[in-house]
Amino acid sequence: MSNEPLIFEHSRPGRVNRAQSAHLGGELNGIPESLRRKHPPRLPEVSELDAVRHYTRLSQKNFSIDTHFYPLGSCTMKYNPRACNTLASLPGFLGQHPLSAARDSQGILACLWDLQEMLKEVTGMCAVSLTPMAGAQGEFAGVAMIRAYHDARGDAARTEILVPDAAHGTNPATATMCGYTVREIPTDDQGDVDVAALKAVVGPHTAGIMLTNPSTLGVFERRIHEIAGIVHEAGGLLYYDGANLNAILGKVKPGDMGFDVIHINLHKTFSTPHGGGGPGSGPVGVSERLHPFMPIPVVGRDDNNAFRWLDEHDLPQSIGRLSAHMGNTGILLRAYIYALMLGREGMVRIADYATLNANYLMACLRDAGFDMALPERRATHEFILTLKRQAKEPGVTAMDFAKRLLDYGFHAPTTYFPLIIPECLLIEPTETESKETLDAFVEAMVTIQAEAEKDVETLKGAPYSLPVRRLDDVKAARELDLRWQAEA
Amino acid sequence: MSNTPSELKYTKSHEWVRIEGDGTATVGISDHAQALLGDMVFVELPELGSALEAGEECAVVESVKAASDVYAPLTGEVVAANELLEDAPETVNTDAYNDGWLFRIKLEDETELKELLDAEAYAELVAEEDH
Repeated sequence: MSNEPLIFEHSRPGRVNRAQSAHLGGELNGIPESLRRKHPPRLPEVSELDAVRHYTRLSQKNFSIDTHFYPLGSCTMKYNPRACNTLASLPGFLGQHPLSAARDSQGILACLWDLQEMLKEVTGMCAVSLTPMAGAQGEFAGVAMIRAYHDARGDAARTEILVPDAAHGTNPATATMCGYTVREIPTDDQGDVDVAALKAVVGPHTAGIMLTNPSTLGVFERRIHEIAGIVHEAGGLLYYDGANLNAILGKVKPGDMGFDVIHINLHKTFSTPHGGGGPGSGPVGVSERLHPFMPIPVVGRDDNNAFRWLDEHDLPQSIGRLSAHMGNTGILLRAYIYALMLGREGMVRIADYATLNANYLMACLRDAGFDMALPERRATHEFILTLKRQAKEPGVTAMDFAKRLLDYGFHAPTTYFPLIIPECLLIEPTETESKETLDAFVEAMVTIQAEAEKDVETLKGAPYSLPVRRLDDVKAARELDLRWQAEA
Repeated sequence: MSNTPSELKYTKSHEWVRIEGDGTATVGISDHAQALLGDMVFVELPELGSALEAGEECAVVESVKAASDVYAPLTGEVVAANELLEDAPETVNTDAYNDGWLFRIKLEDETELKELLDAEAYAELVAEEDH
């Protein structure tokens, strides 16, 4: 696969595509001279065929869930059903103006209200706000609500948020953004939070604890009730990072575990497009005591079954608005359609098959001779393989395995995370993969192990089949250079 | 195998300490720590004159794999920081115990030195982690 030059590099002076060029004959009436640009924009000058070929070639390089197995741990790269996209693109939805009156928006409001209700039920929380536009914004909203709660009680002594050392980096980042000091809690050798260490630091300065359950180690936090009791007793609140909700969907509710606030990544658990493939969505669910602080708008229903936006008049203590309108409404619709297609029974099967696939893959890889980070624990929806032994002898690292997997047509699993496990791959197959795909992945891992034993250099040079070879990530981090510049 | 010079003291969190004999101590991260972290891309050092408490997070070393906190091994005031690392963070990888030092502190309480590990104890700790 060759490297595709930038569209600007295809440019030749004077080359145009008249069939689709804008009509330039008009007058610039009323635009003062001082506001007009002095030089024409330096747009690429290409023919229609150049443009079509360039973008078609780029699209063929896409490495996505639509083309390849994507076992990127903690990211839940499941299939995004086409039906969700088709139905969310109905003209009635696409043509809806965000500022039209509630009486003219009953259809979309009904869908969003329904989604709020479904998310409430599946998480066991008392209310849901759909407005956060990504997981990180959902986290921010969640911790901002914890802060608003303590502030409203005049409890200014709570300056610390507790975070386990296995946590996603967004957790300490969020706590810091909300003005808290982060205190790290160690993990024991079985992958559970070290409860003795928690007891030692919890107190009147604890605003809350941020937990992911199942944790990023791919195991269920078994003492969650005890942890909830300890933190609540000290006056702190529990934040649930919804990153790994896929493993327990319809099985266990975060509300029942004692959590006060949760964010849900619809782009993970509810199968909407991910990251660069589409905007994210991070709704938040709250317990009774955080209800007054929810971000607005929220969809409400009055006595006549008419839907309306709840705003600052309904929730005067709200932490406020996080977007101009209603978050990423198109994504919310896709998640709603996904949930409707699954129904109550389908929701539970997600957790069944996500955990079955992960445990099957883990068992196959273990039988093939690979080491698991927590060999005594059953996996949830993901598991951690450690290549510490291979890094010593014959000297191939998790990164070498990850790069070589690309040559075999697999997206690399998450590498070097969680930070507390050396040379690790965090592998999450999701429920939408077949046994054949999982078997092919195991075969690729076994082949790579054999290559490593025969000739380390093969792996050190990988990948060989992609547009670019092994990237110099040290140079990229030290000398960041992202902008194309025309030659003078 | 990582290198653990016998004239230095160490912490469980993988800092090394060199007692300079003039009331100051120089601090860096161990060879084992730099090897685990991988290629350094950025080092954030404590400000000159800042007062550190033993055990406090006081610097950050960022590699291609992760950003990690460095903890103050001893209580005292920061009297020097290794400016070389601003442009050449990789020195922590290539020369962890000499040119790759991070900062120097003026000791406040010399009895804290007893809390540090000697080379033998630190090597044992690393071997245990490694197993």
